[in-house]
Amino acid sequence: MARIARALLNRLWGMVIVLALVVTVVFVIVRVTPGDPAAVMLGSDATPQDIAQLRTKMGLDAPLITQYGQFVLGILKGDLGQSIFLNQPVTTALAARAEPTFFLTLFSIFIAVAIALPVGILSAVKRGTLFDQIVVTLTMVAASVPSFWLGLLLIQAFAVGQGWFPASGYGGPDTSLIERLHHLVLPAMALGIVNSALITRFTRAAMLDVLGDDYVRTARAKGASEKRVILKHALKNAMIPIITVIGLSIAMLVAGAVVTETVFGLPGVGNLVVSAVLRRDYPVIQGALLVVAAIYVLINFVVDILYILVDPRVRL
Amino acid sequence: MIATDAATRPVLSVEKLTTSFKMAEGWRAVIRDIDLTVNAGETVAIVGESGSGKSVTALSAMRLLPPGQARCEGRILLEGRDLLQASDAEMRTVRGGVIGMIFQEPMTSLNPVFTIGNQVAEALVLHRDLSWKAAEAEALRLMERVRIPAAKSRLNEYPHKFSGGMRQRVMIAMALACRPKLLIADEPTTALDVTVQAEILHLLRELQREENMGVLFITHDMGVVAEVADRTVVMFRGDVVETGPTPEIFAAPKAIYTKSLLASIPRLGTMGDTAAPRRFPEVDPTTGEAVEGRAMQPVPAGSAPILTVENLSVRFALPQGQIHAVEDVSFDLRPGETLSLVGESGCGKSTTGRAILRLVNPSAGSVVIDGQDVAKAGSHAMRAMRRTSQMIFQDPFASLNPRITIGAAIAEPMLAHGLVGRGQAKDRVAHLLEQVGLSSAIAGRYPHEFSGGQRQRISIARALALEPKFIVADEAVSALDVSVKAQVSNLLLDLQEKHRLAYLFISHDMAVVERVSHRVAVMFLGEIVEIGPRGAIFDNPQHPYTRRLISAVPVPDPARLGQSNPPLGEEIRSPLRPHGYVPPKRSYREISPGHFVQEAIGTQA
Repeated sequence: MARIARALLNRLWGMVIVLALVVTVVFVIVRVTPGDPAAVMLGSDATPQDIAQLRTKMGLDAPLITQYGQFVLGILKGDLGQSIFLNQPVTTALAARAEPTFFLTLFSIFIAVAIALPVGILSAVKRGTLFDQIVVTLTMVAASVPSFWLGLLLIQAFAVGQGWFPASGYGGPDTSLIERLHHLVLPAMALGIVNSALITRFTRAAMLDVLGDDYVRTARAKGASEKRVILKHALKNAMIPIITVIGLSIAMLVAGAVVTETVFGLPGVGNLVVSAVLRRDYPVIQGALLVVAAIYVLINFVVDILYILVDPRVRL
Repeated sequence: MIATDAATRPVLSVEKLTTSFKMAEGWRAVIRDIDLTVNAGETVAIVGESGSGKSVTALSAMRLLPPGQARCEGRILLEGRDLLQASDAEMRTVRGGVIGMIFQEPMTSLNPVFTIGNQVAEALVLHRDLSWKAAEAEALRLMERVRIPAAKSRLNEYPHKFSGGMRQRVMIAMALACRPKLLIADEPTTALDVTVQAEILHLLRELQREENMGVLFITHDMGVVAEVADRTVVMFRGDVVETGPTPEIFAAPKAIYTKSLLASIPRLGTMGDTAAPRRFPEVDPTTGEAVEGRAMQPVPAGSAPILTVENLSVRFALPQGQIHAVEDVSFDLRPGETLSLVGESGCGKSTTGRAILRLVNPSAGSVVIDGQDVAKAGSHAMRAMRRTSQMIFQDPFASLNPRITIGAAIAEPMLAHGLVGRGQAKDRVAHLLEQVGLSSAIAGRYPHEFSGGQRQRISIARALALEPKFIVADEAVSALDVSVKAQVSNLLLDLQEKHRLAYLFISHDMAVVERVSHRVAVMFLGEIVEIGPRGAIFDNPQHPYTRRLISAVPVPDPARLGQSNPPLGEEIRSPLRPHGYVPPKRSYREISPGHFVQEAIGTQA
């Protein structure tokens, strides 16, 4: 237990440092982007006075170090600034859009893992059989398919064709949770299937690797059943690379929300980012960047902790 | 433990067992018509070199070969029941229940992600219908029985915290958990140090006596055979060539292969009065007759050392302290001389060799090679040093790049140092290959086409390419089969004589060391505890550790069956010291000219 507590502390400390770096990088990126945000936002008709006024309002005329201090202070207080077009705090805007993104990510990764783990394990156990060859071929195909294209196919088949699921949108805040999740089925399937391909291949490779290890032979020599050998002795050892790739997939799903949410018309964080970029809504871009980066860091933190739980040899 | 009373009955009898593997061209038999029996309370050894099929025989008996890729024919009778006809469910009750098995690699045979207690208890839960709680209590009893110190506190630890010897004890506890009638031990001590090996063999023998178990012991080491086996089965390329009581096999081997096997084993105490190294006997494979090898020349007196090591220390920093891998080591080496560094794993002998060649950086001390201090040399001087000194590694399979032809591998150092042009390189390679006893026609082939012994010859040719004056041979013959080991050792001796090479011969194999060395240095916990002429070290060992090391070597003499040395003390300690630890200054006493022994702390005048 001491090992886990110490590792947790170490990692937490590391996470704080990374987040501090992220905050700084986000701050710098927005400042070095060419063009005066105030001028860009006001358009070509704006007078210099208007621009100067907006600059003061946005705090852009203060020295950089003061701006940075205020930015950091704001974040610590949970204040990411005010959206220029939405007329609401950035945090409020993000919170309002968080639900579809959150559920979509969760739903997709659930589908991906639910397909990948059993198929990957079975494929490794039945290596070289017809089943294995089919799996290897299919995962190769699935991994090469862009998720938005698969999404369009699914819409064509199950929304337009059968009418089982809505083709796009999410339903308003007054609709039931079931209703909203119903909207997510097709996008989650598209993302889940594409992501499952990669995880399946990793699972298969990791299992093949450990199935040849000496301790698997020991387990068999002990009289353990094949099921026990595979699901207890081999799988726990194979989990390290599998956890890594699942963590990466989640991170990619969050980052990829920009594309998916546009295709499926989902009012999520990705969608918010796209419209903010189009409208040069700098505070929103900045806030969304921060949040996505923080989620990335958090996922890595969780993956690291899982390593420690799975493998007693890991020290962090 | 010769059990020949009337109650003796076969636990296992293998009849006409043929096992085939599926190859691209169809099924190919790897063992043919094997017959053997193991009685209760009896130990039967299967002995043979790599590829003889001894492990396949054991795995066939357990039906552990991959189904679909291996096929067994014949009969494997376990207490009268044919295992080849048994269902999978029946086999599961046999494995771990009636037959226990331990393997060669204790470091990898335990599952790294489960606790020791869990793994031992699992065997009990599987076969004895115990609850996990009861099984863990029983696991504790078993761990105490295989004498794991502080077993109770170690029950919840993971395998990586255990040393090789302790892991093998855990394996034994696991294999014996359900009191099997038969124990199959596949090279159980091969990966262990000799002193640990002696302890494990002793433990196995005790447990066998208590349980009246049959033991099928697979090994390549005739010394171990002589120590443990009542009867011996000799295998060669998939066939049993000879079976019989162990004393008879040793005293009057019938098969030619057995004769040559016995003739090639390095044995301790066969040097007579020779002070210099002596070649291994030449064995005629067609008759099995051996001709004792010729003695080599002594090192000419008065020549200047090619290598002088003074107060060499290597330390590795860890969060919890420092590993004092090499501590205040000093010696020298003259042209044409072999100094062997012996000791157990972790004693610092390999690190010493690496530090001398600057493959690891020394923490303190000086290393003078051919008049140049390389311990602090810059990259230019290092390059020159790499010409005069070369290294041969243990693993002939890992130390050659699989994608480079062996000709290119041998030519590479010469081209890198600009010694020859591309045109001449070919001739040089051919010449080098012939020097190490290979045909010059093979230069275009890749490493996988060669056997372990051939690869080691290739590694030697590569080391010789730069015409070095000094070679570090790190366990250079340890991974080779006995007959090949003798041949490669002889090659090293011949090359030494021809080129006046100096060898730093790092080895744990005392019998080989006795043959090839002029002088021997014994290392323990990073320090040299005794150094001197080979004869003095082997005939008149002074340090308690040297004595322990020599007495633990299994002697291939069945008259000593079952009476090998009892376990001696605990396992090698760790050279991990707290930060800021200052090792005590050691002093050495000269016993006879050139023979120094480290004095125990507090005894020096």
